[in-house]
Amino acid sequence: MKDRPGFLAYGLLTAFLLGSLFPLYWSFLSGSRTQEEMSSSNPPLLPGGHFFDNASRVLDTVPFWKAMGNSLLVSGVTATSVVFFCTLAGFAFAKFSFRGRTTLLVFVIATMAVPTQLGVVPLFIVMSKLGWTGTMWSVMVPWLVTAFGVFFMRQYLVDAVPDELVEAARMDGCSTFRTFWNVGLPAARPAAAILWLFTFMQVWTDFFWPLIALNSDNPTLQIVLNQLQSGYFKDYSLVLAGTTLATIPLLVLFAFTGRQFVSGIMQGAVKG
Amino acid sequence: MSQRASTAVRAGQGSDPLPGPGAPDGRVRLTLRQRLSRWDAKFSPYLYVSPFFVVFLLVGLFPLAYTAYVSLYEWNLIGGQGDYIGLENYRRVLENPYFLKSVVNTFSIFVLSSIPQIVIALALAGLLNAPLRGRSFWRMGVLVPFVVAPVAVAIIFGNLFGDRYGVFNEMLGWIGVGPIQWHVDRLASHVAIATMVNWRWTGYNALILLAAMQAVPRELYESAALDGAGRIRQFFSVTVPMIRPTLLFVIVTSTIGGLQIFAEPRLFDETMARNGGSDRQFSTVTMLVYDFGWRLRDLGKASATAWLLFLIVVAIALLNYALTRRLTGQGEKR
Repeated sequence: MKDRPGFLAYGLLTAFLLGSLFPLYWSFLSGSRTQEEMSSSNPPLLPGGHFFDNASRVLDTVPFWKAMGNSLLVSGVTATSVVFFCTLAGFAFAKFSFRGRTTLLVFVIATMAVPTQLGVVPLFIVMSKLGWTGTMWSVMVPWLVTAFGVFFMRQYLVDAVPDELVEAARMDGCSTFRTFWNVGLPAARPAAAILWLFTFMQVWTDFFWPLIALNSDNPTLQIVLNQLQSGYFKDYSLVLAGTTLATIPLLVLFAFTGRQFVSGIMQGAVKG
Repeated sequence: MSQRASTAVRAGQGSDPLPGPGAPDGRVRLTLRQRLSRWDAKFSPYLYVSPFFVVFLLVGLFPLAYTAYVSLYEWNLIGGQGDYIGLENYRRVLENPYFLKSVVNTFSIFVLSSIPQIVIALALAGLLNAPLRGRSFWRMGVLVPFVVAPVAVAIIFGNLFGDRYGVFNEMLGWIGVGPIQWHVDRLASHVAIATMVNWRWTGYNALILLAAMQAVPRELYESAALDGAGRIRQFFSVTVPMIRPTLLFVIVTSTIGGLQIFAEPRLFDETMARNGGSDRQFSTVTMLVYDFGWRLRDLGKASATAWLLFLIVVAIALLNYALTRRLTGQGEKR
């Protein structure tokens, strides 16, 4: 029924794509020029040769590498923990029968609607009592396992693992954990990859809670960008060079895993 | 049977507390193992789902309840708990002129971002649903903004929307408009901030809607075409009603996220106070939570504000749900 799309469709898509890429291009362009060049009445439209100068000034101004390391650590640890615990819980919900299973699952789903961001005050009080404010613990521990992750893995595993396989493993004497390890985990791999990527990205881009919990000596990348932007006189070449640098890791990750991102969203991965 | 039992021993070693190899009687060992296995089947699932509940209790439920508690006290960021003052914090927040202003700003930014976003996402999904060449290229392409952090988005757009040297003012100048004071004018600043949100989320929402569109049965289009419906008509009379649940989902989730907007307005601000402009013309409610709690060091007021925001979010999410059901429901009847 549907005929092939014409020039109009491709034209509109191309326009949308250019709009999506332009701000990133602009960020790199400004980051590779000097402040004077950018504030002239005829700003240049091609990148210049000052990116590394600007980048090295970024490294002098803020603890950029430390922030990069912290962001990698926090996002990596959190994503891995989320995948492990959510797969375990999701497998239990999908394949083991136990009393109260449905009630507990409904509870998990209901909690997805609770905006946990609004609990920052008590979270901060608890974290300072524990002495964790200013450390990476404060930004990792709250998100080690998420309602969305549990639900997502449960939905996937219900269909991905046949009940007979679980029964067979149990008949062969596998413990429940062994069943999870040998049957559940391998089957969960595609969904687990998606969950890992989304969690990594979410933690990487988070700003509100890290701004509260961390300080400028031991920041994540988002906090460092905030510092750059807060300078007394604003050198946008410097700020945008830093912004470009901080954005590159996720863009690289996306270049390799874009397909997983797309299929994850189309399978119903929602924002947290 | 015995072979199976020995598999159980090997398999169980990781998690089951088994007796040592020197247990005297094979039969006793077997029943013990059976009992352990039954225990394992009965209680282990609780163990596996428990991490979520523990974490949720600690960072979800407890904080929400405790926020209500803190909001009833004088509570200093450094000094800690003070006197019980009842609903005084709520009164102070509600009487603060910036609260109402922030609520209005939050709504304004939300409306300016969500409506164009849904409309464009719907159109984009319609385009992507056609049999395109290079399908995954286009899908990945529209998703690129999604992986850029809101902080970075805000910084980049803050520059593009610059009042003096901004690219957008430059472009508007070509057609004889402006220059617009994006950081000063209230409505203009809301448009700028909404643009950031739209830029980051439109492609993402388009993919969700696209997934729903692909599940619409082909026969429906065929019979619509037989009835003489053109492509545009098909889109509005078949596609949109059929993806209604997904549309609802997208709208409700964007409500919950959109009303808590923080990073974009905060980093768009060029004044040192970072409260959403010199006259708080683009301050939002979440920014007010931060301002009360971590600049004015009044956690009681911050908690009261957080609770008020929570109530607003829930109310608007429900309202949106009802409204969207109604609107798209009419499309179905037609």
